[in-house]
Amino acid sequence: MVRLIGFFVGLGFIFALLYAILVTPLAIEHNAAEAFHQEPRPLALASNGPFGRFDTAQLQRGLKVYKEVCAACHGLSQVRFGQLEALGYDEGQVKALAAQFQVPSINPDTGEPATRPGLPSDHFPSPYANEVAARAANGNAYPPDLSLITKARHGGAAYVHSLLTGYRNPPANLPAELRPGTGLHYNPYFANLNIAMPAPLTSEGQVTFDDGTRATVDQMAKDVSAFLVWTAEPELPRRHAYGWAVLGFLFVLSVLAYLSYRSVWADKKGH
Amino acid sequence: MSFPWAKNYAPQHPLMQWIDEKLPLPRFVYNAVGAGYPVPRNLNYWWNFGVLAGFALVIQIVTGIILAMHYYASTGGAFNSVEHIMRDVNAGWLLRYAHMNGASFFFIVVYTHIFRGLYFGSYKAPREMIWLLGVVIFLLMMATAFMGYVLPWGQMSFWGAQVITGFFSAIPLVGETLREWLLGGFAPDQAALNRFFSLHYLLPFVILGVVILHIWALHIPGSSNPTGVEVKDEQDTVPFHPYYTAKDGFGLCIFLILFFTLVFFAPNLLGHPDNYIEANPLSTPAHIVPEWYFWPFYAILRAFTGNFMGIDAKLWGVLAMFASIALLFFLPWLDRSPVRSATYRPVYKKFFWVLVADVALLGVCGVMPASQPWIILSQIGAIYYFAHFLIILPMISRNERALPMPTSITAAVLGEGAAKTAPAA
Repeated sequence: MVRLIGFFVGLGFIFALLYAILVTPLAIEHNAAEAFHQEPRPLALASNGPFGRFDTAQLQRGLKVYKEVCAACHGLSQVRFGQLEALGYDEGQVKALAAQFQVPSINPDTGEPATRPGLPSDHFPSPYANEVAARAANGNAYPPDLSLITKARHGGAAYVHSLLTGYRNPPANLPAELRPGTGLHYNPYFANLNIAMPAPLTSEGQVTFDDGTRATVDQMAKDVSAFLVWTAEPELPRRHAYGWAVLGFLFVLSVLAYLSYRSVWADKKGH
Repeated sequence: MSFPWAKNYAPQHPLMQWIDEKLPLPRFVYNAVGAGYPVPRNLNYWWNFGVLAGFALVIQIVTGIILAMHYYASTGGAFNSVEHIMRDVNAGWLLRYAHMNGASFFFIVVYTHIFRGLYFGSYKAPREMIWLLGVVIFLLMMATAFMGYVLPWGQMSFWGAQVITGFFSAIPLVGETLREWLLGGFAPDQAALNRFFSLHYLLPFVILGVVILHIWALHIPGSSNPTGVEVKDEQDTVPFHPYYTAKDGFGLCIFLILFFTLVFFAPNLLGHPDNYIEANPLSTPAHIVPEWYFWPFYAILRAFTGNFMGIDAKLWGVLAMFASIALLFFLPWLDRSPVRSATYRPVYKKFFWVLVADVALLGVCGVMPASQPWIILSQIGAIYYFAHFLIILPMISRNERALPMPTSITAAVLGEGAAKTAPAA
């Protein structure tokens, strides 16, 4: 009985699927944008790979790019100033850096909203009060918070680097409907080719690096990408270090477990 | 419990004797997973996966309980509380990555465990109840995993919840009301997040309870084995401890090496980048995809693209998706072949591997966007899936001629001649 009912239930689903095949057009839809879209170029960073660690000099340069260029529109709300000590700054430098930012506060006398200089325990303040204000200031585009951006995009840091250096004039054969509209900019690394953000890094020396590194557009893009890997995953070096210790321990344990397995089974022939 | 020659628990120490008299818990453990449980001597490594699944459940419960101490189930705070765990809680990143990848590993070992059961006919009499309880565990796991994925309140959390609870609205007449009742609102929001958190904490303990029933039911007939030949006498078995504790211990080490390689070196490999973007009900992601362990079922859901016989395509998809799991409950009665192991079933063996390839194909279709050629591939894959269980399997079990089988488990291990002369183990 189970098999008879099962047989007819199975036939029901199969006929429904055969019917679905008949009524669904087989034509493969060509997405015109796909031909122009580009995958991120590989980016070699010190944090890549299972032995990856951060290059603190590069992170410091990246922070400077963020502070002087990106911070005008993008927040970094998950990061506390105090965490910047991991970049090689001492307590005093972190305090001074935090004080350069104004964070939301309350006027202790009137209770009105106010601002005060940042403290190491504060998070990076967002440049806009809320999403509506951000969209109003950016032609209805919403500049995303950058704290997690290298984990929130396919391609991670390589995508950020390619995007920052990928602005160009639209190719001549680009169909009219894919051409950037008002307030949009052509960038083949962006999902739909046209991004609201204008090229943020445009000229060499836009940021002056304290360590004397030549601030080419590519260098600034690389450094800020490396910095954003840190903001998204500050525990990365510790994770890699723990990982090797755990795998080393487990490797020795596996050998011992295998030997004890062989020894326990030694009296059973055929194994 | 299962065989007359099973070793009896005989505590030597007066304290253990005292405990055994008052509460025979050590005796229970001894009989369940100790020397008191005789197990076929010929189990291969595929039999490790039950223990591995149990271990994965323990990893999930332990890491989950600690994560719950730091997590905050609120639509405004959930996403930030996960980042707080990742950044400020001591080793919080390790707990969270272990929990996140632990779910994937739980499914990897459970899928292996299920396919092992399918290959070696473990669902057949007298082990039907073990199989039925296993399917219940699988369903509970799917519900738990789905609700757990909603908790970080990222984009995929929100839109996944939107899509999956949307299945219920396909039910005629009461669907929309049912969906609103389940969610506590018109869309996933605070009410849904709170109840998902509550249930996500509850269900693992329900799973644990059903796992205990699953093992209890296993101990009535005893473990199955790769030949499918039943245990005949004492030389066919070895005590679970130390023989299989040693073997499972080694298997567990290999499992942990793979697990921690992912946790420490590629923790986000199996996740989706969109879930690192906080949920935004006003912005739909370009492709909404569930976690990888749901891809085959998602492909079956989307394969139904035509309104057939007056039933809406969406309802067909939802019915088919539930049926694709529900039919597993009837498997012991669909496959009536008296031979258990595919080793001795030449025709079934071929179809088994076609099924494995078919589920893999459905998995790929599930992650791809709903466009050709993936639609037709998922339709062909879904046709085979239903045909395999509901038409092919009942038919071959009627006509197939089995290969000659060993006379006993010992004969399979040592050869036919040795079986009679081998000393009792």
